[in-house]
Amino acid sequence: MTDQYSSTAAAPAAGDAAPAPGAPLLRVEDLEVVLPSGATPGVVIDKVSFVVDAGRTTGLIGESGSGKTMSAMSIVGLLPPEAETAGRVTWRSEDLLTAAAHRLRQVRGREIGVIFQDPLAALNPIQTIGRQIGEILRRGGMSRRQVRARVLELLDRVGIPDPDDRIDVYPHEMSGGMRQRVMIAMALAGEPQLIIADEPTTALDVTTQARILRLLADLREQEHMAMLLVSHDLRVMAHVADDVVVMYAGRVAERGPAREVLEHPRHPYTRALANNVPAVSTKSAIAEPLQGAPANPFDRPTGCAFHPRCPMARDRCRIEVPVLREVERGRFSACHYATELAS
Amino acid sequence: MTYFIVKRLAIGLLTIWGVVTAVFIVVRLAPGDQATVALGPDATAADIEALRHTLGLDRPLLLQYFSYLGDVVRFDFGESYRFGRPAMDQVIERFPATVQLTLAATVIAIVAGLILGVVAGKKPGSALDRAVSTVALGLQALPPFWVGIMFILIFALQLQVLPSAGGGSLANLVLPAVTLSIPFTALVARMTRSGVAETMSEAFVQTARSKGLTEAQVLTGHVVKNSLIPVVTVVGLQVGTLLGGAVIIETVFAWPGLGSLLVSAVGNRDYAVVQAATVLIALCVIVLNLAADMVNAKLDPRIRLEARR
Repeated sequence: MTDQYSSTAAAPAAGDAAPAPGAPLLRVEDLEVVLPSGATPGVVIDKVSFVVDAGRTTGLIGESGSGKTMSAMSIVGLLPPEAETAGRVTWRSEDLLTAAAHRLRQVRGREIGVIFQDPLAALNPIQTIGRQIGEILRRGGMSRRQVRARVLELLDRVGIPDPDDRIDVYPHEMSGGMRQRVMIAMALAGEPQLIIADEPTTALDVTTQARILRLLADLREQEHMAMLLVSHDLRVMAHVADDVVVMYAGRVAERGPAREVLEHPRHPYTRALANNVPAVSTKSAIAEPLQGAPANPFDRPTGCAFHPRCPMARDRCRIEVPVLREVERGRFSACHYATELAS
Repeated sequence: MTYFIVKRLAIGLLTIWGVVTAVFIVVRLAPGDQATVALGPDATAADIEALRHTLGLDRPLLLQYFSYLGDVVRFDFGESYRFGRPAMDQVIERFPATVQLTLAATVIAIVAGLILGVVAGKKPGSALDRAVSTVALGLQALPPFWVGIMFILIFALQLQVLPSAGGGSLANLVLPAVTLSIPFTALVARMTRSGVAETMSEAFVQTARSKGLTEAQVLTGHVVKNSLIPVVTVVGLQVGTLLGGAVIIETVFAWPGLGSLLVSAVGNRDYAVVQAATVLIALCVIVLNLAADMVNAKLDPRIRLEARR
């Protein structure tokens, strides 16, 4: 692995060597995010814990409002200014939640890159894409010529044809898929060890979705990065995630290796999601046909937040909040009756 | 871009025609004409009639209009009957003083307005934002002539640090320029504030932060320029308005500009001067708007795209 590392031009002298594949790279423990909304503050993220291993893809899945994006963004401190956090986000043995602002800025882009959901909105409409991709390099002190050469390389890397012609165009002059490739190139520019991809394919059509996912998976592999993939789309997860974290109403419902979790769910919510995956041909793959409305983290049901929609709900579920526990080696579930689901 | 400019120039010509026509009508709607005003209340009806004939005012209105229009096309605005000189010459003589005043006020307004607007807009709802917004609203509501008089009272009469009237030196420029700039500054500040506040909530601002930029770099690199389009448009419109609106301020400070000339010309029904001055101001407004549009096209590639069509 060292050989391949040295070939990717001067990775910022990280000091300590990158963790071996499979070792925890990022550890989120008991993360809490509180949003003061009117009179009653809402605990929108409630004791969320998960791990992203080096060289692997961890998926955060859930319906909209489940807190998956907010969990991901709190890692790099990109939360609304009024949000309050608790818990620990351990990145290379330091806690990013309590890190100083300037340290957090070093992490952003250069250690952890972010890909946002809607590339048209997430790109500055009045700057050329070349300028936006190269910004982090330019500010890092590279010469104009070096930046341009590197940006051309990155454009080629993310599969944009004729980089020479494309480097000086504006976002509105590109297709959605190309724009998302630009976003990816931008996230790669700082040579991060972890990429947070927030719904990277949601704004794209189905065929483009597949290509972008392929690209992300390949890049993650070739650049020896880890990825935290946020999506509501189970098919996306099944494609690229090695591990998944299923979120419901700001809590973790279940987590474990992707294939096992999706094929043999140990939480009724995961099972409902898995049973409701729409046909591949449809554009939206949201678990919308699920009975009932998703719980609102500002007004979470008592006990297990999923109980009003759960076919297995019993009295205990209405009263007692289930704890996330290891129900099988590497499998964690927050259902009181997880063992019953094993059969 | 060429097509865009040609189209805008054509619209500009139409606008000039409209202005010329409107001025022609309005001036003649005002009670009393050149002849009655010039000869005073003691003139006999015969005298007035004779002068009207010399000035061509006894011809049918439509005929007057067309001969006037023909003159305007040749950029001939006739002679001022009071001074016996070409009207446009007189107007152009006074023009630089007004331009100087307007320019000074505009520079103050852009610099102060942009700074205040960015400071307020970068954190919408903050104490600083509320303070700036309230003060800006208050300043916009102050009548400039009153502010001018207050300035004269304070700085010229009480403190005696600045001259109260006249033109020619930089010291003379300060009070009228600041007075003229106050409502303009407030407007620029408010436009900038709402533009910046809106841009701050855009997704690409979050993208910029995710690259590890400082908040100042995010503001200067991604927010301010993206917020400027409505500001540029308003500045373009407003500078034109200032050219005409300087009238009152020029009178308060006895500034030897177009405004004082225009006021006396209206009072004396000096049609030629009024028409020449209005057309010149209209011309400036049109050119400034075109300039604002071109600056915006430079700022935003999406506007360039539209302009090409």
